Amino acid sequence: MLINQFLILGAVLFALGVYGVLARRNAVTVLMSIELVLNAVNINFVAFGMMNGDVVGQVFALFVIAVAAAEVGVGLALILLIYRTRTDIDVDELDLLRG
Amino acid sequence: MMENAFVIPLLMAVSFTLILFFGKRIKGGQGAHLIGIPFIAAVWVLSVVVGVSWIDRVNDAEAAAEEQSELESEVEESLGLDGAAGGDGAVVLTSATVSAEAPVLAAEEGEEKLKVEPVIETVSWWSNGGFDFNIGTHVDGLSAILLFVVASISLLVHLFSTEYVKGDRRYTHYYAFLSLFTAAMLFFVLTENIIQLIVGWELVGLCSFALIGHWWEEGKNTNAALKAFLTNRVGDIGLLVGMITLYWAVREAGENTFSIQRINELVMAGELRHFLLLVTACCLMAAVASKSGQFPLHTWLPDAMAGPTPVSALIHAATMVVAGVYMIARLYPVFFEGFSIADGGANLMAIVGIVTVLGGGLLAFVQWDIKKVLAYSTVSQLGYMVLGLGTGAWAPAIFHLFTHAFFKAGLFLGAGSVSHGAGHTFDMREMGGLRKKMPITFATFVTCSLALAAVPPLAGFWSKDEILLTADKSGFGVFAWLGVAGGFLTAAYMTRVVYYTFFGEFRGTHGEPHESPPIMTVPLIILSVFAVLAGFVQATVSWIGTEYLIEYVEPKSAFPVLVHPEFSYSKAAIATAVAAAAIGLAAAWYWAGVGARAKVTDNVPPLKWGKTLLEQKYYLDHLYEDGVVAGTKGPLARASYWFNQNVIDRIVDLAGISARKSGEVVYDYVDQAVIDGAVNGAGWTAEGSGEALRTVQSGKVQQYGSLLFGAAAVLAILFVILV
Repeated sequence: MLINQFLILGAVLFALGVYGVLARRNAVTVLMSIELVLNAVNINFVAFGMMNGDVVGQVFALFVIAVAAAEVGVGLALILLIYRTRTDIDVDELDLLRG
Repeated sequence: MMENAFVIPLLMAVSFTLILFFGKRIKGGQGAHLIGIPFIAAVWVLSVVVGVSWIDRVNDAEAAAEEQSELESEVEESLGLDGAAGGDGAVVLTSATVSAEAPVLAAEEGEEKLKVEPVIETVSWWSNGGFDFNIGTHVDGLSAILLFVVASISLLVHLFSTEYVKGDRRYTHYYAFLSLFTAAMLFFVLTENIIQLIVGWELVGLCSFALIGHWWEEGKNTNAALKAFLTNRVGDIGLLVGMITLYWAVREAGENTFSIQRINELVMAGELRHFLLLVTACCLMAAVASKSGQFPLHTWLPDAMAGPTPVSALIHAATMVVAGVYMIARLYPVFFEGFSIADGGANLMAIVGIVTVLGGGLLAFVQWDIKKVLAYSTVSQLGYMVLGLGTGAWAPAIFHLFTHAFFKAGLFLGAGSVSHGAGHTFDMREMGGLRKKMPITFATFVTCSLALAAVPPLAGFWSKDEILLTADKSGFGVFAWLGVAGGFLTAAYMTRVVYYTFFGEFRGTHGEPHESPPIMTVPLIILSVFAVLAGFVQATVSWIGTEYLIEYVEPKSAFPVLVHPEFSYSKAAIATAVAAAAIGLAAAWYWAGVGARAKVTDNVPPLKWGKTLLEQKYYLDHLYEDGVVAGTKGPLARASYWFNQNVIDRIVDLAGISARKSGEVVYDYVDQAVIDGAVNGAGWTAEGSGEALRTVQSGKVQQYGSLLFGAAAVLAILFVILV
């Protein structure tokens, strides 16, 4: 079935995104990896929407894209501010909340 | 109304409560009578209604009995006509007519006795062990007449007191206790069973105590109140023991009741053992001796005159002190059988009665306090009532109670009026010559004195004469003659009182005497009218022929058959002559002047000794105070102290020590180990787990993310495996 290929693509993208989020030290790369995770989810939405024959999946995907755009805006602003204060955006160094 | 008689004491109890709570707010504490008087007036009306309903009930029963006997006689007649002898029927007819017209005669013949049951209403007071303790009302002729007496005297005393205790600092308290006393006395009079009787008995005693000590600022008043209360306690022990014995006598007969009516029925049926009845009667006589001022426990009554005079009139002359007499009358079968009164001769009750008559009468001669003279006179007259009951003169004794209440209340209120008008003293040495100054008081006082001295046709004549006559006819001849001698004393000491108070010159030093206001004299006039007229309810002389007490008051069920003698002109003439002689001799004696008298009484040795004996009141007070009280007070106090130190304190100490010890144990093992352990344990646990978990909180977002995704992956795997 065609859906399996989409799901596999979504899963691969999701795994790549998770890897990027957890493993990369550059904050901008982490942000981009989050985009990958979100887009993996979008692929799943659209694929299931196509399978069910309605537009709910696509509508949800559009919402996710919009939210992701806002999130990137806020995220980049944060990174920019971190860079201005520390001249460094290595997430390993950001452990001010250590218990 | 007879079924709802409970309302009568209840009204006065309500009055007591209202006065207690609101009395002080009316007219600045001087308006408690505005509550008390309407209530007692209503009670008076209700008591009259009860009396009238009872008379109706007896009349109805008589009419029914008459019809019944007519019917029976017709039947008998027809039977007699049918039979061989026509004369037989005629005989039956006459005997039936006699019994219908005079049920008393029929009762003496022992057939067709008219029965009128008392109206008894009860409710369950409390239940215990499957036995109901009842409380209720018992309305018959006896309680009806007592209701009337109590309500009437109380009403007049309420009126009289508005002036007499005006301005008193405890005016409200005074009226509250008048109401409570009246309530208690009415409750006692309507008593249905012996438990209720004890309750009423103690309640009136309490009110008596409180009112004797009304002016407690003076030590002698407090002492008098205490003396009254403690002397009454002596008799109350007799009351309790007597009632308990009576109950066990009833139990022995297989019954389980406290009802007075039922007990009387059982006694009349001969169900109770005579020995137990004798013990009961003797114990109850102790109670009567204390409450009704009988020898030798009468000593509290003269001292009780420390209370306000209207209280003396109400409680210590007219009503409360007749409680003992009333109890004998109420449980008369018990005493009648217990003392075998029907046999004549002598018995404890008659002996106590006659000793009291003579002993009290003699003591009245040496008193200078007008109220104490009247108090000893009350003692003596109560002796007549007990003598009457002890000699089978039931109706005459109640008759004497009835008449005595009015004229003695009149005398006491008269003494109050005298004191009010002549400088607040009761000492007759400071009076004299008040005849002109207080004409109304004088007239009423003399009328009541003549009634007390049994001068015909005043009230005391009829009642005392009938007691003595009945005593004589019932086989107590000696007692009757001694009673006549008592009549001599009565007339003589009343002459003395009237002489010292109203004749001669005024000897007081407290200003000019004046007549009392109408609110005080009107009750006096009413009481003296009663003192004149009350005797006619039972004027047995043939040309008046009223026998209302025998007809309506004497119980017509569960009651022994008593002798009702015809009026005897010769006996009445002797009694009257004795009274007249006493008045004449006493008048001659006292008019002879103080000096002459003192010469005689102080120089002739036997008279001197007699006077000293009387002045020392037979040394009874010395015996009680120095012998009984002093003899018990010291050892009792020492014993109490020893007991206090060695037993009570020891127990208290032990309790303290054991409390401290157990406190220590609890501190060491429970508080320190268990509770503190739990609290500290909770703290350590929190600290330890926090310490362990802080390493997880690295501050590295990616580490959190790894944990999140790792956990999600583990859960997903578990989900796949399990589902």
